[in-house]
Amino acid sequence: MGDRTFQILTLAAGLLVLVILVLIAASTTDQSTSWFAHEGISGIFSKTWDLRTNQFGALSFIFGTALTAVIAVILSVPVSLGIALLLTEVVPRRFARPLVYVVDLLAVVPSVVWGLWGFLVFAPWLQTTVYASIGSFFKGVPVLGNLFGPPVGGAVSGVSFMTAGIILAFMITPIITSLSREVIATVPTMDREGAYALGATRLEMIRGVVLPHSQGGLVGAVLLGLGRAMGETIAVALVIGSSVTITSHLFAPGYNMPAVIANQFGEAFGLQKAGLMGIAVLLFVLTIIINVAARGIVARAARRGRGA
Amino acid sequence: MAADTAQQAKADLREPTGWRRTKNRIATVLMVVSFVLVIVPLGFVIVTVIAKGASIISWQFLTSDIPPSVLPANFGGLGPAVLGTILITSLATVVAVPLGILGAIYLNEYGGRGLLGRFIGFMADVMTGVPSIVMGLFIFSIWVIHFGYSGLAGALALGCLMLPVVIRSTHEMLRLVPNSLREGAYALGASKARVTVTVVLPAALGGIVSGALLAVARAAGETAPLLFTILTVTAPNPNVFSGPNTALPLQIFSNASQPYTGAQARGWGAALTLIAITFILMIAARIVTARFGRYSR
Repeated sequence: MGDRTFQILTLAAGLLVLVILVLIAASTTDQSTSWFAHEGISGIFSKTWDLRTNQFGALSFIFGTALTAVIAVILSVPVSLGIALLLTEVVPRRFARPLVYVVDLLAVVPSVVWGLWGFLVFAPWLQTTVYASIGSFFKGVPVLGNLFGPPVGGAVSGVSFMTAGIILAFMITPIITSLSREVIATVPTMDREGAYALGATRLEMIRGVVLPHSQGGLVGAVLLGLGRAMGETIAVALVIGSSVTITSHLFAPGYNMPAVIANQFGEAFGLQKAGLMGIAVLLFVLTIIINVAARGIVARAARRGRGA
Repeated sequence: MAADTAQQAKADLREPTGWRRTKNRIATVLMVVSFVLVIVPLGFVIVTVIAKGASIISWQFLTSDIPPSVLPANFGGLGPAVLGTILITSLATVVAVPLGILGAIYLNEYGGRGLLGRFIGFMADVMTGVPSIVMGLFIFSIWVIHFGYSGLAGALALGCLMLPVVIRSTHEMLRLVPNSLREGAYALGASKARVTVTVVLPAALGGIVSGALLAVARAAGETAPLLFTILTVTAPNPNVFSGPNTALPLQIFSNASQPYTGAQARGWGAALTLIAITFILMIAARIVTARFGRYSR
């Protein structure tokens, strides 16, 4: 094989990445133009999603995506950071290896298996033993009652925004942990030893040296986790409850963007189908923006970490 | 000299006492707690899947056709889904892995330093974040609308998800191959293509294969890209290039929301089969890394 031919072949494979990304945007937009044209900006961001009136607003799905992703990040970040610090600063390297494998196992469990377990085992357990008591405790309490109390005229539900957020938190923990570990590993050993030499405890060393040094990279890691949480589909489709609602009640069933596509696209036609395609476009744009920002931050932090 | 030793004797090297020590202890305990918080649900999932899935798995379960959901657990099985998962994942691997390796070769050996190379590398990383459901709708709108549902369409969707993962892992491995190897081959008069194919690739092969196996393991468990590209069937469809097909993740998804205990039991059986497949692939990847991985970080 000629040298030139081989080079062109590899370039073509590299360019394929860009071609696919452009094609995703172009083809899904093409399939959803009728929805964008019919609804307009105000229609897209309305909360009515109704087959009978032929109105398809995406606001409640955008709300659900944001809410579940934020719950997931809030739950996952402290835990991921704790594990990352445990594995880099506390446990000796020899023992850290197997522990890393264990955390990575979380990422190996397929999304649909999380969903199956979440729907049949976890959600019913949460409803009866956790949500019920929290709900009755906060019932009628101002502000907190709107978050943790039972929804108006209803009861706490096992399949809900909260359950989806918790399952998502399990799923994004490995990625946030492994990226945080990479970032923390770039902290120079000299700086650590300097802090210890000044008599700092491990916690003081972490707060004074590790965290300030890896701040940027950690923000990137969290953003990547957020992006993952927004796009995760099947597990959420099973545990979120499939109800088109905008509510502050975390224990109420809801919907998010990937879940509504997964549940409705198969039987959809006409404007509804175009609308679901349009939601995919919005989701694609949203995750691309978040991923570009996150990767940019991580790359810049890595460059700075190497001292370049 | 004597003064020095006296100074050292006075220096207090013991762990700080009081509130500082307590805070440090609390922080360490919290780190351990966060690890436990992750292990417990993982353990629960795996134990539940094994407990509920093990009783239904048999040769008959892995090979029989899919029965109607109302039938109890001892009827039928998920043969078509096992077949579909194997065929579609293999086809996706055949499509995505060579392309991913070629792309990584471009990034590392040809264009990596240039603006285009850096941009492609960055966008490959970004592409790993594209939601899998979007990938499914993408293949639906460029393939399924024109050519209909088929295993191939599902394989293309899975391949799109695998491509950036393979590029990234292969790129990491190629980067570890020492330059002296390349220089030695050049000194013998080999062309760049020849150096890459006969020296660089074999040197990194262990890492590349193990990275590809991990990508395959992830792809085998994906549901969303298959939902609207292969549909589902109840009888095996060995022709991966035409006609609807089915796969284990799809069966788990549809069985999970069935009210019938038989269907749910088949769902748990499918989950156990799927987890077994992904674990086998992951262990294979570890073995390959341990035995054939020449360079590691």
